[in-house]
Order: sequence, then C-alpha cells, then structure tokens
Amino acid sequence: MLCVKPYNWACKIFIIPFWEMWELPDIFVQTLWEGLVGGTLYSLIALGFVLVFKASGVFNFAQGIMVVFAALSLVGLHAIGVPAFLALALAAVIMLVLAISVERIVLRPLVNQPDIILFMATFGLTYFLIGFGELIFGGDPKLMITKQLYIPTGTYSIDFAGGRVELQKLDITAMVVASTMVAVLAVFFSKTRIGRALRAVADSHKAALSVGISLNQIWVIVWFAAGLVALVTGIMWGARSEVSFALEIIALKALPVLILGGFTSIPGAIVGGLIIGIGEKVGEIYWGPLFGRGIESWLAYMIALIFLLFRPQGLFGEKIIERV
Amino acid sequence: MRMKGLLVGAVLAATAVTPAFVSNASAQDSIYVPLFSYRTGPFANSGIPIANGMADYLNMLNERDGGINGVKLNVEECETGYNTEKGVACYESTKAKNPVVTNPYSTGITLQLIPRASVDKIPVLSMAYGLSASAVGQSFPWVFNPPATYWDGLSMIMKYIAEKEGGFEKLKGKTIGYIFFDGGYGREPLPLLEIFAKKYGFETKLYPVPPAEMQNQSGQWLNVRKDKPDWMIMWGWGAMNPTAVKEAARIKFPMDKFVGIWWSGGDDDARPAGDDAKGYLTLNFNGVGAQYPAVQDIIKHVVAKGKSQTQADKVGENLYNRGIYNSVLIAEGIRNAQKITGKKVITGEDMRRGLESLTITQARWKELGLEGFGAPITAVNCTDHNGHHAAYMQQWNGKNWVKITDWISPMKEEVRPLLEAAASDYVTKNAGWPKRTESCDRPS
Repeated sequence: MLCVKPYNWACKIFIIPFWEMWELPDIFVQTLWEGLVGGTLYSLIALGFVLVFKASGVFNFAQGIMVVFAALSLVGLHAIGVPAFLALALAAVIMLVLAISVERIVLRPLVNQPDIILFMATFGLTYFLIGFGELIFGGDPKLMITKQLYIPTGTYSIDFAGGRVELQKLDITAMVVASTMVAVLAVFFSKTRIGRALRAVADSHKAALSVGISLNQIWVIVWFAAGLVALVTGIMWGARSEVSFALEIIALKALPVLILGGFTSIPGAIVGGLIIGIGEKVGEIYWGPLFGRGIESWLAYMIALIFLLFRPQGLFGEKIIERV
Repeated sequence: MRMKGLLVGAVLAATAVTPAFVSNASAQDSIYVPLFSYRTGPFANSGIPIANGMADYLNMLNERDGGINGVKLNVEECETGYNTEKGVACYESTKAKNPVVTNPYSTGITLQLIPRASVDKIPVLSMAYGLSASAVGQSFPWVFNPPATYWDGLSMIMKYIAEKEGGFEKLKGKTIGYIFFDGGYGREPLPLLEIFAKKYGFETKLYPVPPAEMQNQSGQWLNVRKDKPDWMIMWGWGAMNPTAVKEAARIKFPMDKFVGIWWSGGDDDARPAGDDAKGYLTLNFNGVGAQYPAVQDIIKHVVAKGKSQTQADKVGENLYNRGIYNSVLIAEGIRNAQKITGKKVITGEDMRRGLESLTITQARWKELGLEGFGAPITAVNCTDHNGHHAAYMQQWNGKNWVKITDWISPMKEEVRPLLEAAASDYVTKNAGWPKRTESCDRPS
C-alpha cells in the first residue's frame, strides 16, 4: 500500500496533501484566497517593474524603496496634520516630483549608455532614497492611516463545509484596489496614444525618437505610474503590518513573478503574480511540512524556473528570434 | 552642474544621519563605550528604542554624576543595521579606540566576535542573546550573557504553560507551536524544545519565518490554523513581531495562549494590532514605565535638555527600559572593575574582571534609583557568565504591558548540563580554542 504508517515519501507527496485538501475544504479555500490576495499584490508590484523596464530597458532596483518612500510620505504628511486624503494626493505629487527628478538627474544624462549603467544608477537611487527617507521620516515604524483613509477593517466569517472561511475586509479592499489599478494601467498602456508611444520606445529608442516621440515625457509618465503603484502597494502592505523600511524586502517578491511573466508583459505580470501567489501558499500549506516549512521564499523561484523550462521567454514574453 | 552638486549634497546629508555620535569626552580621561545599534533597516522598530535607552542612561550618568567615579564615559554609537558584516566593520573601527566592552546587539554579530574577544582583550556583553553556551565561563572567559539565556527563557515559558495547564504531566498529548525568525537567533532554543517535547510528551509544530517573509506571514498562520496548536511560542524580532501578532489575531488564535520571548515584547510589537492584541504574553526581565527615579533623572538631565534622540512619550516603554538595563550592566561592570583594580580609567581586561564578579543586589537596584526594575544579579561568577536569573510574564492590555506573574526562575537543572555540553562541543569543533588562563575574582 502507498499510504501505510510510517508514511513513505510517495504518500507524503502524492496522497496526503490532496487528502488534506479534501478533508478540510475550508482551509483549502482559505489557502486559495490568501494566495489570490498575495498574488494580486505581487502583480501590482511586478507591474511597477514592467512599466519601467518597457520604457527604458532598466530593471528598477529602486521599486522596493519607492514603496517605502511613498507610504512614509503619506503617513508622514498625515502626522504633521495634513488631512488623510490631501496627504494621499500630496504623496502622489511627491511621486511625480520623484519621477521628474529621476528623469532629469539620473536617466537623461545616461541616455545611450549601456543598460547595466542605468541598472547601477537605480542602485544609487535606492541608497539615496533610504538615506533621504531616514533623514526625513526616521527609521522607526509607523502605523498606516487605515481608518482615516476609510479602508475597512474587520472580517467576514463565512461558514463553509463544516468549517469557516475568513475574508478580511482589508484583503478584499486590497484585491479590488489592486485589480482596478492593474486593469486601468493595462488599458492605459495598451489602448491610449501614450501606451502606443511606450511600446514604440520599448522596441527602439532611436526609432521612437525619429517619429517624434518624446523619450523624456514617456520616462516621466512611466516612473510616475511606477510611483503610484508603489504608493498603493505601500498602503496595502503597510495596513497589513506596519510602515517601515522592512517593506522594501516585499518588493523583491516580484522577482519570480517577472521571471515567470516576462519583464515586458503587463498580462504576464498579472497572471504571473496570481500563479506565484497561489502556488506558494498552496505549496507552503500542503507540501511545506516535507521540507521543514518556511519554503515560500524559494518555492516562488522554483515555480518560475519550472515554467521557464518550457517557456524560456516567460509566459507572455516575446520570443526573440535572431538570424545570424 | 548645480543639479549634480545638489544631489551630492543631499547624498552626504542623507548618509550623515547614520552614525550618531553621542558624547565628546576626550580619550585620555574617559572610558570608551561603543554601542552597536540599528536605527535603520528592517529591524529598526526594535533597535531604535533599545539604542535610545542604552545611550540615555550612560549620558545621564555623565550629566548627573560626571560619569562613573569621576571618569566620563565616552559613548559612541555605530550603526549596524542588524547586519553581521556591518557589525564586524563597527567592531574593527572601534577597536583602536580601546573600548572596555562590546555590545553587538545581534546574535549573528556576537557569533563573529566571540573568537576575537580573547585575542583583542575586549569582553563581549551579549545581554540575554547570542550564544547560550557562552554562559560557561571556563570555555568563554571573555563573553558574558546575563541575566538569562534563551534556553532559560524557553524553560520559563514552559513553566508558565505547565502551570496554566495544571502541571507538567498535563502537557502530555498537547501541541505546542513554535514560530521563529529563521536564523541563528530563532533556531537557538530548538534543541531544548525537542528535549522538553520528549520528556513531557507534547508534540511540537515548527513555523520558521524567513527574513524575507517577516511581513508576509499569512502562510505560517494558515498552517497554525490547520494544526490547531494549544499554545504558540514566538522567537521574533524586528518587523516579524507586529506582523505575527496581527496574523495571530486574524486567525483568532487565543492571544492569552500566545507567548513571546523577551525580544518579542516591544510596545510597537503589540500596538499595531490594536485591541486585537489584548492578552498577548511575553517574558520580560526589566521593569516597564517611567516611574523609576533613575528614569526620571534621564528625563531631567538628558531628554528635557534635548540631548536624547528619543521622543519624550517613548521614555519608559519596554524596549527603551531594556536599553537602560543593558547600560546598567555596563555601568555596574565598570564600577566593579574600578573597585577591584583601584584604577579610575579601566581597560577591557579590567572590565572582564568587573563583569565576571558583578553583583547587583536588591539594595543596589534601589540605590541606582531602579528599585524592583530587575531581579537581583547574584549568580554571575567565573564558571557561570549568565547567572540564569529570573524573568516575569507580562501581558498587553491594549495600551500597555502589565506584569502578571511574580519572578519565574528558569529550570537551571535542565539548562545547565545542556549549556556545558554545547560549550564543550563548540570548543571541540573550533580546534585550538584557547584554554582559560584568566584569574578568578570573587563576586563583589
């Protein structure tokens, strides 16, 4: 028999996890829900990376610290007496100023430099924002102004298959906001004139310039969009825990999403985020005990790498054919 | 060019904030005390209040008393970001200034500095953290970790749980979950937990939290919900703590059965969860609040004069007072070294002797203006560099920590043999580990 105590490896891998899903369907549904929420937020973070990469061919290492900086700006402004929604608007303005500054100070002087130079410039930007952020806001953690922004808290508890499924109102809000933002950005960058210009810039800077597309304007727009994504991400993750410099690490969760979805694909970021989010949660809950648990951080990369074996260009990445 | 100049200026301004210089006494007539701290990075929420408490107490001694026995303390912070490499760099940069003691404030950094302490003749004070086995003075004459080791902490938590369950024999068949920072710190108590599980017949469930997942623990807590443990024990730090408390509340785990070690009991660890955190328990070995005369002196001589980095309303919070406790050990170690050697300006070697015969009686705590702040330190000696002192259980009431038990003694009879075996193992694995040659002073 495959499953007789003491259980062998085949039983632990192929039978017990599925038996547990069947036995405790509420936990299974809860796992899928948690994965879906996490995945949507990963999609949002990955989208920030994809937008910048499409426009400038740069992997923006500073996306993580932008999440922290945006969230700190919001709570910092509110702490000095600015009403919550005005603080939200001003935080968006700060991200616009940051986008303009990055374009003027970092990107413009480096036009036509190798991609690695631009990548290293985003490293510099990261450390600048860390130091600048700590100088202005201090290193101590802050509470997200959840109530002031009318973000609902509390739980919907649903009886399900003899158990219960808990849906956090905060998570539902995060799902709705993140999905809306992803959809709006996806439509904006695929259906509008600016979106077409972005795609032209992504294909070739020189060709785009030759038909009159302003590279500088496109860069400001995508960095601003990445800043808005960072702000929303900071609010949602900050509300789940606290606003601190530790949030920077969360952005790195987008890396396997990008490997999976492709660095240039908006649908890839969305689908990749969901696959990673759900995959890592299901893996952690049902197969994690086999590996001593705590496998989420590397399982996401494993999932991405397995996909890459079959689609090296990522789920929706463009297949590059070079004739020699 | 102007833009570039502005950028360079801003970068310099931003980086200048990192190392904080606290005091300016000259080297010849002062005692140099470097404080490794982390006011930046993912662990800043735990690091900032401790750094403030440590610096403020020593600065208060300078301001109020002119230092210790007339010798000013030259207190200097070095920012580690809780990063081992940066911590070692701090050690190297402060070594030349003849420090009397090193406070690594990280288990990872402590492990790196232990082999260097005897070579450089600078004692390491890793207060209730670091390598538990370094409590064995015969093997680690230059390392001190009072008032209690992590293994003592676990044994005290087990005593509390057993008492609530009606005795150790009632633990049989129970399930105890252990959620921990997946690093040297969180893994330290695992051997003892396994021994307890075998001895008392309970099952353990482990929930490691990788450093990158500190703020993303929904998977771990979903597993907790699936496993339904009777009790949860936590060894968390930094951003892991408030996230865990929030997640525990989310899955409706009974908070009065969720017990943290003393490093999981900051005010900012429980506060973000609001009322949902009510009932959460942690061990503690220092008093909480600003009512102590010594803390009032800090407010008067340091905070009110703008010589502190802390906000006035944070004085007296748990981790701030933890920093004070750490500095009391430093100050009393210096005072004792001065007494033993008859010197005013002591060296690291003198300080080692001062720490090795350190005693803080109940009466001495009172003299310090800290009556009832800590259990008497009476058991540190040449063979025992820890003392295995008592701690108490505190509970979050939604706004503050409240002491809910008397002092709980650790199960020294269980812990000490394990420590000695671990120390012996460490010495065996590190070929050429020096044999103790240092003399032994009687406790002060």
